[in-house]
Amino acid sequence: MSAEAHNEHAVTHEDHHGDDHDHGTYRSYLIGFGLSVVLTAIPFWLVMAGVLAPQLTGLIITGFAVVQIVVHMIFFLHMNHRSEGGWNMLALIFTLVIVVIAVAGSVWVMYHLNTNMMPVHDMQVMG
Amino acid sequence: MSHAPTLNPDYVDETGRPIFHPVEEPHHPEGHSTMLGFWMYLMSDCLIFAILFAVYAVLGGNYAAGPAPKDLFDLPLVAVNTSMLLFSSITYGFAMLAMYRNKVAQTQAWLAVTGLFGLCFLGIELYEFSHMIHLGATPQRSGFLSAFFILVGTHGLHVTFGCIWLVTLMIQVGQKGLIQANKRRLMCLSLFWHFLDVIWIGVFTFVYLFGMLR
Repeated sequence: MSAEAHNEHAVTHEDHHGDDHDHGTYRSYLIGFGLSVVLTAIPFWLVMAGVLAPQLTGLIITGFAVVQIVVHMIFFLHMNHRSEGGWNMLALIFTLVIVVIAVAGSVWVMYHLNTNMMPVHDMQVMG
Repeated sequence: MSHAPTLNPDYVDETGRPIFHPVEEPHHPEGHSTMLGFWMYLMSDCLIFAILFAVYAVLGGNYAAGPAPKDLFDLPLVAVNTSMLLFSSITYGFAMLAMYRNKVAQTQAWLAVTGLFGLCFLGIELYEFSHMIHLGATPQRSGFLSAFFILVGTHGLHVTFGCIWLVTLMIQVGQKGLIQANKRRLMCLSLFWHFLDVIWIGVFTFVYLFGMLR
């Protein structure tokens, strides 16, 4: 009895194999595409037209990039907390933590290295 | 015997007694973990790009009295390049939708369009590189240019391999049709292709747009 139930389970599992992913639809792809076009066009326009101060523009286009990456993740890569039983999301979060440590750490350390190494004459005075 | 139904059926013999050393591996459908494995690969690829972005962030301002981003970058051209990659992303999405409906000809057609957009992207990028090198802005010229060429070049190399993979899969689908294995391969390439578009968002924002702001 239990073996039969198991076989049935195995068959349905095989049938649905590959179908447990979120496929997306024409609609979802077009929404993602439309959002991406807008989220790409505005940063390009901001920089090419130079309407805002460079620092403010930098902040804004960083924000647009982050939003567009999330849009791609949802509408094109079909990421959600359920894909592959949550392991996709876990791997992504782990990777993001490493990426933030590596990039922010490098920039931080090298910035301080640069500022401390720059004035050579100060070092001579100290020596 | 009463405890038998609670055991994993893969580890019980025909009389219901538990087996502690199954002779055969419990049955798994072929390729059931491929998508997760491929996702792991993409995440490790993401780390490669993260390091290259970090290198660019550190070295991007070291011009060594050579050309700066403002002297080299042509934003309208980069915008066209970006749109090529974005178009290729949505056409690949359409190829996948056709694949799920088992339409072979439609899948092949959308894959071909995707490949053409990919080739346009590569053509524009190679033109940009050759133009820069012609101006004397070679990778050896300054830290900024070394970091630029390694970051953008690595992305371009990924797109190149994506195009080769795409042609390979078009031939395979042409020969074997949309069998389960080919669907799985197309799903892997789908992840790869959209992933490259995500990386390009970082490239055009932090390399090209930020370069013009400096």
